Formats: sequence, C-alpha cells, structure tokens
Amino acid sequence: MSKEELEKSGRISELQDTRGSGPTPDEVEQKELIDRRMFFQGAAGVLATMMLGSCSWQEFFQNNFRRMTKGEIEQTVERLKAEYKQKYGKDFVVGTEGPIDATLFGYALDLQRCIGCRRCVYACVEENNQSRDPQIQYIRVLRFKDGEMDLEHSTIYYDPEEVPEKGHYYIPVQCQHCANSPCTKVCPVQATWTEPDGIVVVDYNWCIGCRYCMAACPYMGRWFNFAEPVIPADKVNVNTHYLGNRPRMRNVVEKCTFCIQRVRKGRYPACVEVCPVGARKFGNLLDPESEISRIIQTKRVFRLKSELNTQPKFYYFFSI
Amino acid sequence: MGRFFVGAAQRIIRGTPLYYVWVVFLLIMIAIGIGAYVKQMRLGLIVTGMTSYVSWGLYIGNFTFLVGVAAAAVLLIIPAYLYDFGPIKDIVIIGEALAVSALLMCLMFVTADLGRPDRAWHLIPGLGILNLPRSMLGWDIVVLNGYLFLNLFIPGYILYKAYNEKPVNMKFILPFILLSIPWAVSIHTTTAFIYNGLAARPFWNASILAPRFLASAFCSGPAMIILLFQLVRYYTKFHVKNEALFKIAEMIAIAMAINLFLLGSEFFKELYSDTHHLSPLEYLYVGLQGKGRLVPWIWTAFTFNIIAFVIFLIPYTRKRFVTLNIGCVLIIIGIWIEKGMGLIIPGFIPATLGEVWEYAPTLIEVLVSIGIWSIGALTLTVILKVIIPIELGEFTRTTKMAA
Ligand code: SF4
Ligand code: SF4
Repeated sequence: MSKEELEKSGRISELQDTRGSGPTPDEVEQKELIDRRMFFQGAAGVLATMMLGSCSWQEFFQNNFRRMTKGEIEQTVERLKAEYKQKYGKDFVVGTEGPIDATLFGYALDLQRCIGCRRCVYACVEENNQSRDPQIQYIRVLRFKDGEMDLEHSTIYYDPEEVPEKGHYYIPVQCQHCANSPCTKVCPVQATWTEPDGIVVVDYNWCIGCRYCMAACPYMGRWFNFAEPVIPADKVNVNTHYLGNRPRMRNVVEKCTFCIQRVRKGRYPACVEVCPVGARKFGNLLDPESEISRIIQTKRVFRLKSELNTQPKFYYFFSI
Repeated sequence: MGRFFVGAAQRIIRGTPLYYVWVVFLLIMIAIGIGAYVKQMRLGLIVTGMTSYVSWGLYIGNFTFLVGVAAAAVLLIIPAYLYDFGPIKDIVIIGEALAVSALLMCLMFVTADLGRPDRAWHLIPGLGILNLPRSMLGWDIVVLNGYLFLNLFIPGYILYKAYNEKPVNMKFILPFILLSIPWAVSIHTTTAFIYNGLAARPFWNASILAPRFLASAFCSGPAMIILLFQLVRYYTKFHVKNEALFKIAEMIAIAMAINLFLLGSEFFKELYSDTHHLSPLEYLYVGLQGKGRLVPWIWTAFTFNIIAFVIFLIPYTRKRFVTLNIGCVLIIIGIWIEKGMGLIIPGFIPATLGEVWEYAPTLIEVLVSIGIWSIGALTLTVILKVIIPIELGEFTRTTKMAA
C-alpha cells in the first residue's frame, strides 16, 4: 500500500485493514449494481451456482491431496495448469515435491536487526500470489514503543518517512508453524495439516471455507479469500507448488507455507532473501550444525504466546 | 401410506384466510432470502460484513441461539415421559416439532456460513473425511444430525401409532426417549465446546461457557414453547392446561437465576483479576478504543433478561398471561442478543494480534437470516398442521377426507 494511496483515501487505518479481510462499502455497492439481476433467480439459481458456476465436475469431485494416487495427482496438476494458462495466459509449474528426509524447517527472526521496512511483506505477496484485490498479506509487521511488548498497544499502521523510527521497535508476525497447531486440530475435514517437514499447509481444493481454523489460530496466521482473488497476469508467479503458492479460488483459507515451492528445492523463503538487514534466518532444526540450530542454542530466543503451548517453529531472538 | 400423504397434503393446503396470509408472507421472505443467498454464492462472502479479523458473524450467532432452542425440548421430555406429569405429556410432541424446526435452521445457518457449500460432501465420513475425534465442529455435526433423527423418530413413531389407531409400545420407544435427554444436553455442550476449546480466544476459553450455554438455552427455548402453545391453543381445538404453561415459566425463572449467577461469576473473575482477558468483555459492555457497536445491544439484552427474570419469579406476574407473554418476548430477544452476536463477536475483538476491528452484518446477511427463519417458521407451521389433528384423533387411517 503506497503512502499516496493511503493519504488519498484519508482513512489510513481502514484502508490498510481491508487487506484480505472484507469489502469496502464502495466495492459492495458496485457489485450490488452489477448483480441486481441475479437477485430473484430462486432455488434453481442456487443449485446451478453451487454446482457449475465456479468449477468443473473434475474439480467438484477432486479428492483430498493426501488421498490421491500418483496418477490422480498428475491428472489434477495437468488440469490446474490448463486452468491457469487460460486465466493468466502463462505456463505454470505446479510442483508436488514431497518433504525432504530428516528435515524439520524452522525460522528465526532477529528483533535487534529488524527495521520495520515491510519489504518482506511485499516480497511475500509477489512470491505467493496473494490476492491484490481484496488484499491479502501473510506478514504483519507490528510496531511497538520501546519498553513495551503489549500486543494491544502495538500497531501495523505506521507510515514514516524513514524507518526505523526513534523510540520504536518492530515484531513481524506470520504463521508460526506451530508444532502443536490448534488450526489443524479444529479443521472438520482435514483440509489443513502439518507436513512431515513441519510446514503447515492447506489443500485449497478440500477446504470447505468454515473458517474454524481462523478462529483457532492465535497469531492471525490464516487469511480467507472473501472474493475471487485478483492477481494481475504480469505479476503472477508461475513457479508454484500444489500445497503452496498456486493461485487460489474464492471462499477458501490460505496461509504462509515457508514458501514450500522454494524450500523443498533447497532455496530460502522469499522473505528471508529480501530482508535488507538479514534479520530473517531459516533452516533445518534437525541439523545441529545449521544456522537456525546454532541460533537457538546460543542466543536468547523466545516464542510468541508461549503460554498457549502451540510450540511454534518460529523463534524470535536478539543477536547481541 | 399413500392415504396418509394425500390426507396430510389436503390438510396443508386447506386453511383459514389468515393461514394463507401467513404462508404467503413466509414464502415471500424465503424467496428474498434465497435471492440474497444466490448473490452471496456468486460473489463470495465479501458481501457479508465478515473479515479475516471477525471471521464469524450473524449466521453463527443465530446458529448458536437456535441450538439452544432445539436443546430445550428436553425440558418437556423429562417431566412428561419420566414423571408422567399429566398436562405436559400431551404437548411434548409439539415441543419436539419446534426442536426439529430449530435444528433445520441450525443446519441451514451453518451452510449459509460455509464458503464452499458445494464441498459439503467432504464432511461425509468415507466419502469425505470427518475429522473425528479431533474437531469439535465434526462432533457437532454428528450430534446435531443424531438429535434431528431422534426428534423425528420419536414423535414420528408415536404419531404413526395414533394415526393407525394402535397403542404405543412403550418398551420399544422408551430407550430412545431416555437417550434423547442426554443427547439434548450434548448438542448444546458440543456447540459450546466449539468456542470453548480455542485458547486463542480468551473470551470463549472459560470453563463457565458450557454451563452458561445450557442455562440460557433453558430460558429462551421454553419461552418460545409457552408462546407457541398459546397460539396452538387459540387456533386449534388442541388443549393445553394453564398449569403446564406456568410450570414451564417456573423452570425459566430457575434457569435465568443460574444464568445471571454465572454471568456474575464471569464478571467478578475478569474484573477482579483485571488481565488482558478483560478486553473482550470491555468491548462488549463499555466499548474498547472508542469502538463499541455492541454496547447498546448488550445492555438491552441485560435489561430485558432482568425484567423477564422478575416477571417469572413472582407468582402473580407469572400467572397472568399479559405479563407472562411480555416476559417470554423479552427473554427471547435478550437471549438472542446475548447468545448470538453478544457471544460470537467479542470472541474476535480484540483480534489475536491486538487490533480492534468491528463487525456489522450487511443487508445480505440480514436477508439470508430472515429467509432461514422463515423456512423454519414454515416448517413448523406445516408440521403442526399435520400432527395436531393426529394428536386430537381427527386425522387417522379411518378418517374420511372431504373430497
Ligand atoms: S500460527 Fe496459526 S496458522 Fe500457523 S500453525 Fe500456528 S495456529 Fe496454525
Ligand atoms: S476454513 Fe478450510 S482449512 Fe480452515 S477449518 Fe474450515 S475447512 Fe479447514
């Protein structure tokens, strides 16, 4: 969200807040105009909309990813590629790489270094094909006053000429990939689960959109596509993973996957790569020699809301 | 069987002018509701007021309230079947009809809230995956459907016998009746557990939630039944003794006393310990960071509940129909606010990372909700239209229908 846009609207907080959340009154009104015709179509309309309006029969009967055979996965991937090609006019890679052996991904964020520039937020949006309208952003950078760590007094609505601001520090928050994750526990259809390498994923084609997981997550790690996601064709990232950044549909939940499409190929998540001060660290918790393991062993680390026993694999630390 | 359906259909089609006005009114409301729902299906949940901050709203609020109404049918079953409390026994079947209608509305409200109702089959065990035993929502679906079955089966059996002019085999049906009592408690408890189990939401994560749910259910459900019986008594030859209604009102007074006591305990704990867990309660009753859309609502509920409690407590007002009915209306509205929006919304405010982002339902949500309530009312009307004549012995296998 650019500064000018915010100022134009005169509603800084509200505008930012519509990120992936809800409609602005204007949007709704506009849509109401377009669709007034639809209003009295009746029961047949409901059925037709439910069955055919948004999906093909193959999509309708598509199985949960974890129950698919190899052949079914291949077929589904081909179908998705064709769909995306039609929608964005580009050839997509829809990866289905499985977890790497003896790997448990973990993350650490250096609070001493973070300057609150939000580059990670924007890099994440681009890498992970988040909807631009309505906006969804997986990472929220919270600003705190020095000497305070009270979430209720923090804010994401800061827009200075220059960061970092005097007298403040920043805590970026995204899905914490909890080892004891309440979100996967509550899902009534197992549309979301923890992979063997520790990544908490969602099968977008299996989610029924009940939003129970969003109520259960203590970190605002989950976002809902309240409308058909909009990604400009020239901005869309074609290197995707089935359980990660492939384009989503409306009325399903999505979340940070540690950039599963990258990390399963040995690359770093986009937010780690883009951070200009190197505040973000990522690696294999099972390897005692990895950078992440060394940080946990040698630095002062903590995890958010540890009293809830969610056991995040996302650590915060102080480098000095 | 064919005869039964023809007879039933004739009874549904025929009625007084007032009956036709009522049914047509409901049908119009239903059509508007369906229209609104079609729009929601087409555009996504963006047409609702819900956001990623407040991800449940009016639909889930109504759902929660109606589970309570459905559960309250036990109130009639316990004394009627177990203690053979004369006056109530005749009317218990009507209570169960109310439960069935309420359950249907519950299921429709959950469906309206689903982003992808086209994938509802994912919930069917075997075909899809029902996440048991871990998901409380999964359990709720099981117990709600089980309860729906029981409430269809028990009165269905009794009425079937009455229709065929045969005696009821109590040995056969009693186990089902006994089972339905804990089952009624279970639907409401499981619904409470949906919210109760979320450590992320301190407003819900208090052990007092399930007991409070039950107490308030025993206020609103029976209040509806008192009103319903008076209507039935007025419009049909069906007889309900005053005594039975006053007995129900007495139970409401007790339930309300418990409900208010539990509310007081909650207030004490939060106010005295004065931690951050106080924030949602603050938001609800006085507003937080200058935002407090629910404040007038919750005080209305509070006032209504207190007035109704006093009315039901004093025998003089309890036994006068004017005051009794005022009390019933007040308590229904009061509990609807308290258990609906008053329970769901503050769970999300402040959001888990501390933001105060408010919710208000949109017109679409309101219209869909009215549509669902109308379907419930129509269902109830139609059921009563058929079962009351059976109960009265006017509609049996041997009755001749006018051609
Ligand atoms: S942070 Fe939230 S979404 Fe991520 S694993 Fe934990 S509970 Fe689930
Ligand atoms: S919204 Fe989707 S992922 Fe979340 S609990 Fe419901 S079905 Fe599961």
